[in-house]
Amino acid sequence: MPDLAIADLHAAYAGRTVLGGVSLNVASGDVVGMIGPSGSGKSTLLRVLVGLLPPVSGLVTLDGATVDYRRKADVRALRDRLAIVFQQYNLFQNMTALENVMVAPVRIRGRPRTEVRAEAIDLLSRVGLSERMNAYPDQLSGGQQQRVAIARALALKPEILLLDEVTSALDPELVGDVLDVIRGLAAAGMTMLIVSHEMSFIRDVASRVVMMADGSIVEEGRPAEFFREPQTERARAFVGRIRWHRD
Amino acid sequence: MTYTLQFGQVTRYLPFLAEGGLISLALAFLAFAGGMVLGLLGAMGRTFGPRAVQRGVQAYVVFFTNTPQLVQIYFLFFVLPEAGILLSPFQAVLLGMTLNAGAYLTEIQRAGFATVPRGELDAAETLGMSLTQSVRLVILPHVVKTLYAPLSNQYIIMVLGTSMAAVFGVEELTGRAFSVNAETFRSVEVFSIVGAMYIVLTLIATLALSVVGRLMFRVRMPTL
Amino acid sequence: MPHGVIEQIPRFLTWYNAAFLLRAASFTLALSAVGSVVGILAGGAIAVLRRTRGWALAPLRGLGTLYVELFRRIPFLVTLLLVFYATQLGGYDMPLFAIGAIAVSLISTAYLAEIVRAGLASVHPNQWHSAAVANFSFMQTLRLVVIPQAWSVVLPPAFGFFIMFLKDTALASQVGVVELTYAGKTLNNRGFAPVLTFGAVLLLYFAMSYPLTLLGRRLEVLVARPRHR
Ligand SMILES: Nc1ncnc2c1ncn2[C@@H]1O[C@H](COP(=O)(O)OP(=O)(O)O)[C@@H](O)[C@H]1O
Ligand SMILES: [Mg+2]
Repeated sequence: MPDLAIADLHAAYAGRTVLGGVSLNVASGDVVGMIGPSGSGKSTLLRVLVGLLPPVSGLVTLDGATVDYRRKADVRALRDRLAIVFQQYNLFQNMTALENVMVAPVRIRGRPRTEVRAEAIDLLSRVGLSERMNAYPDQLSGGQQQRVAIARALALKPEILLLDEVTSALDPELVGDVLDVIRGLAAAGMTMLIVSHEMSFIRDVASRVVMMADGSIVEEGRPAEFFREPQTERARAFVGRIRWHRD
Repeated sequence: MTYTLQFGQVTRYLPFLAEGGLISLALAFLAFAGGMVLGLLGAMGRTFGPRAVQRGVQAYVVFFTNTPQLVQIYFLFFVLPEAGILLSPFQAVLLGMTLNAGAYLTEIQRAGFATVPRGELDAAETLGMSLTQSVRLVILPHVVKTLYAPLSNQYIIMVLGTSMAAVFGVEELTGRAFSVNAETFRSVEVFSIVGAMYIVLTLIATLALSVVGRLMFRVRMPTL
Repeated sequence: MPHGVIEQIPRFLTWYNAAFLLRAASFTLALSAVGSVVGILAGGAIAVLRRTRGWALAPLRGLGTLYVELFRRIPFLVTLLLVFYATQLGGYDMPLFAIGAIAVSLISTAYLAEIVRAGLASVHPNQWHSAAVANFSFMQTLRLVVIPQAWSVVLPPAFGFFIMFLKDTALASQVGVVELTYAGKTLNNRGFAPVLTFGAVLLLYFAMSYPLTLLGRRLEVLVARPRHR
């Protein structure tokens, strides 16, 4: 059972502190919705968690075992259990949708091709792309690419899925399809950390909401309460602004 | 038999070699300047000239960019005297390098013409600029900005290219290396020192070009 | 036109001379081909090395960078002479073609390292990130993701480089490699008019370089299609 605990995590880009002590727990089955103004460090947190940016200090444990990001073996083991979907999809441009989903299980994990292929086809149908499996990324719309990216992450059978503003780069009419896929995952009990600006979506699917500002978590709570009456000034201002902006 | 490197015998020729380096820079500069004029004429002829001129320029460019500069100079060096035109080695090399550079610089400058944005020209016209004004205020600044880096690059290539002048007895850096080699028989030392001098020479040229570009034309170039 | 040139033409246009020039032209081709193949392999290795991380390989990275930056600033003629004299130090006779090939390879490695570097840099960093989070190793990322995307960026300038070297190898004549330019000089020394000898040499270079230039342009259009093709 995955249990991700983050304690007092600090991170910096070229000496400039971007995360100044983040603490957060994601328990098995949790769907944590993370919101916050842009530049507050949400993406950076996810990048640190998957080992793309070494933390300056702090503790990350998975099921109680500390992850030492300086050790390759630790990072490898972590990445076997954690998957991430990026805002810009980042699909491999030289591979079809199906190849994108299959490449890591087959070439990196060495699983049998036929078995993986069946799973990949199944995953792509579940995200509504059974018709476009042999298309290359540049032949797909943003929404379709993002759904391939989700399928690619799921093909790794992660215990925890990290989603970084997966709908921000999409045209409005394409957002719904992607959110539906994530709703389905939440309903199926997937443990997720979802960074998003879609407030109503977060309110619906998240079991917990955390708000980041200036590199740390400023408020945390259950969605219904958080959105009804935010406790801190910053959260009030942010939620107020977003709500008027959106509806 | 073992050979020990002895740079000592060569070091006293350093000033002599350094002076040769200056001659290399000057030769490259003269050929570049001449090539720029040829290239400008070529680019204009190719862009605005009548059909026959366009064809002629194209033939010139295609021929000179598809044959070796060394053989072009050989041709001039041996054929011109037979036609009664007597050139010193320096003049023959300069002529060959200029003609060669002209072909490459035609191509570069033509590409620069082609990148002047239509919109800016239209804007200049709406602002009531005359043709000379829009050439001076819109086209030239734009051309300089886009061409500065490729032209600088071409100059560096030409500095390296001047070494083939030695083949014809010109006393630039490589030519002087031949002389020092003949006197000292310290070939490996001589040519490694000369190689290093070309590195320094082109580094200085790159640096100078990038400073000039930054100060005079507001062009930012990678320094290396 | 100087006297005697017209009369010389029949004597110049013999099977013997044609074969001599064509054979030399094939050495010119071979020299640039060797340089380009060695260059793309060794230069590619340097470009890849420069993409590695971690302090263990830092000295090698530094050497690679130094090599690329320095050798692109030495004239081919100087490199050629350096190789020529350095190989003689060893005391054994190296074939002249080998000396030419070594010099060409030294220079082409530096230039092609730069071309491959630019090709690798053209692949968006997010492709590396995506691979990293799925536990691709450095080599797996290169093989499965980066090289398949970079080769179409590398190919046109690399081909252009090959054509450029076709002409630059003319300098190998200076150390006695019997390539096309050397053959022209030889015929010139045998008393043929320079208009004929160097004219023929120029035409032969043109006959090699121009069709390849056109082919290179076709190639560029061909590979400039979307990334994945
Ligand atoms: N690659 C980077 N290099 C330097 N600074 C960065 C980089 N990525 C993000 N930052 C900075 O770090 C801060 C947090 O960015 P980010 O984590 O992307 O915020 P969010 O995802 O919440 O919008 C911002 O100030 C941003 O400018
Ligand atoms: Mg972000």
